[in-house]
Amino acid sequence: MHRGLKLWNVRPPKFGAPARMSVFLLRRCLTLLATLVGASLIIFLVLDALPGNAAQMLMGADASPDAVRALTVKLGLDQPLALRYLHWLRGLVVGDLGNSYAYGTPVAELIRERLAMTIPLAILAMLLTTVLALAAGIYTAAHHNRLGDVGVMSLTQIGIALPNFWFAILLILLFAVKLQWLSAGGFPGWEDGIWPGLRSLLLPAVALAVVQAAILARVTRSAVLDVLREDFVRTARAKGLTKREVLWQHVLRNAMIPVLTVMGLQFANLLAGTIVIENVFYLPGLGRLIFQSIANRDLIVVRNCVMLLAGMVIIVNFVVDVLYAVIDPRIKVHEL
Amino acid sequence: MTAGDQALLDVSNLGIRLDTSRGPAQAVREVSFALRRGETLGIVGESGCGKSITALALLGLLPDSAVVSGNIRLDGRELVGLAEADYCTLRGNRISMIFQEPMTALNPMHTIGHQVAEPLLRHTGCSATEAKRQAIALLDRVGLPDPARRYDAYPHQFSGGQRQRITIAMALACKPDVLIADEPTTALDVTIQRQILDLIADLVAEQGMAMILISHDLGVIAENVQRMIVMYGGTVVESGTTDAVFSRMGHPYTQGLFRARPRLGARKGTRLATIAGTVPELADLPAGCPFADRCNLVVDACRTALPPVAEIGAGHAVRCIRTDVALTRDPVGVIA
Repeated sequence: MHRGLKLWNVRPPKFGAPARMSVFLLRRCLTLLATLVGASLIIFLVLDALPGNAAQMLMGADASPDAVRALTVKLGLDQPLALRYLHWLRGLVVGDLGNSYAYGTPVAELIRERLAMTIPLAILAMLLTTVLALAAGIYTAAHHNRLGDVGVMSLTQIGIALPNFWFAILLILLFAVKLQWLSAGGFPGWEDGIWPGLRSLLLPAVALAVVQAAILARVTRSAVLDVLREDFVRTARAKGLTKREVLWQHVLRNAMIPVLTVMGLQFANLLAGTIVIENVFYLPGLGRLIFQSIANRDLIVVRNCVMLLAGMVIIVNFVVDVLYAVIDPRIKVHEL
Repeated sequence: MTAGDQALLDVSNLGIRLDTSRGPAQAVREVSFALRRGETLGIVGESGCGKSITALALLGLLPDSAVVSGNIRLDGRELVGLAEADYCTLRGNRISMIFQEPMTALNPMHTIGHQVAEPLLRHTGCSATEAKRQAIALLDRVGLPDPARRYDAYPHQFSGGQRQRITIAMALACKPDVLIADEPTTALDVTIQRQILDLIADLVAEQGMAMILISHDLGVIAENVQRMIVMYGGTVVESGTTDAVFSRMGHPYTQGLFRARPRLGARKGTRLATIAGTVPELADLPAGCPFADRCNLVVDACRTALPPVAEIGAGHAVRCIRTDVALTRDPVGVIA
């Protein structure tokens, strides 16, 4: 019966009044801003405390002290700390992040190029993860302790144990070298349309998704099993709902809170933690940019990239918090 | 409609085998009783005596591993071994259940209105508007204040007593023939218990339902049902009209249970009588009378085989070979 396939058979939960929801969002946005400012301060201070003079690094060890001093002034490194911090904050707001010491190009431009690849990759990998994990987790919970459950759970155990770079190499061997369906690496950009770009991100996304999906599937399974033991499941069955209807209409939404928490962490991880996979597939991602900038002591790039990642993690958490309140009516919006 | 004298619900020789952590256990054996339309039956016994398992068997909600033998007939239709899909059309429709824990019996993520309307939508094929109208009427009937306004409220916004009223509305939505109330007031404040029991009694009389009231409380049974069965160790040890059983308790266990009830006005310092020993674990139920180890009238014959059922009055039966002795000692001043 297709009625049983509808995930939420209820209207989205209402909050006491629409006004409460907007107050909640406003308060949450203010906290978000405060967190971002706090993060920026910490990032700025920590990177400034690092030993080594950027100007000296750029000019090499045998540059004349005069030249180094001149460059220091040119880069604005001689100004007081507070002034430099405020200058950077202003830049963050208007999008003028200065020029990379190493490349000489605007940092904003460098980051934008990398994000054009990193964000689509993270979204694609997260989509694959979610689809695989929810399907496997719900299936195994519904077939608890039966053959299908044991089989799929063994697969997830293998999935967790797989190093993703090794799995990525296997994927390249099969799909790029042997079958020649997809290219082994590189990223053509989005200029030629969506398909060439997506094709080149497919294998990396699969390589990233397999491990994440294995973890998320186990989280989903145990969350669903926990809810299946609840009294209200028996109540719903006593009303005459089939097992399937109870699973889709009563259990899943209750099981979503832990699943959502892990998904938030995973997405944040996909934005920043993909440097190994970027290297395997020669992808110009954010992870490689950060790695190269650290190696070059290109502190202005490092600082902005770290700020960007912190910002993305904070925003992902914000979205997850809002979703909690949307899913669970017991989570009082004003308590978040 | 069947004739008034034919049993609406006829349970004969019901046996239930469960898989427990200590191996398979015969949780229920040789349980028989019949219920006519409009009649009320009480099942009384300690925790673990098999009363709730029996109730779940009537609803077909035992775990998949349970093996049910004997017969359960509803209007002559055999329910043991009934296909799951057919059972789903009976549950919440012709047989309903009210559970013990109102705090956990409702889905925290769904509005109470939706949960009350759910069986109507499921079984009567009425429109959503009509289901809502009926659900509001039901909530009003069970005494929930301002049901139309609180239709979209969530369970956590109600007290325990109110939630039990909501589960009652849910169980009665489709005007079932049989209502099973499994310890409906055990989890509630004493002051609310009477209100809820009165509400159930009124509704049962109003709709002409048959009711099975499960309780460990002899007082609740005495006041609310016409006939009763006493269960111990997975079987019926005494059955009869409530008046007959209370005026002439034929089983040593029933007598012990009666003696062990707390009384108002007992002299201060009087110890509450108890039944020595503990309820046998389901996995080690003896072959003979399950009460033998705790009974002070026990003889060797009690332990060899499950005693047969003996009539000691009109429709009053006892499963004991020492009833003659038990009846003469009545010591208890049984009629208080």
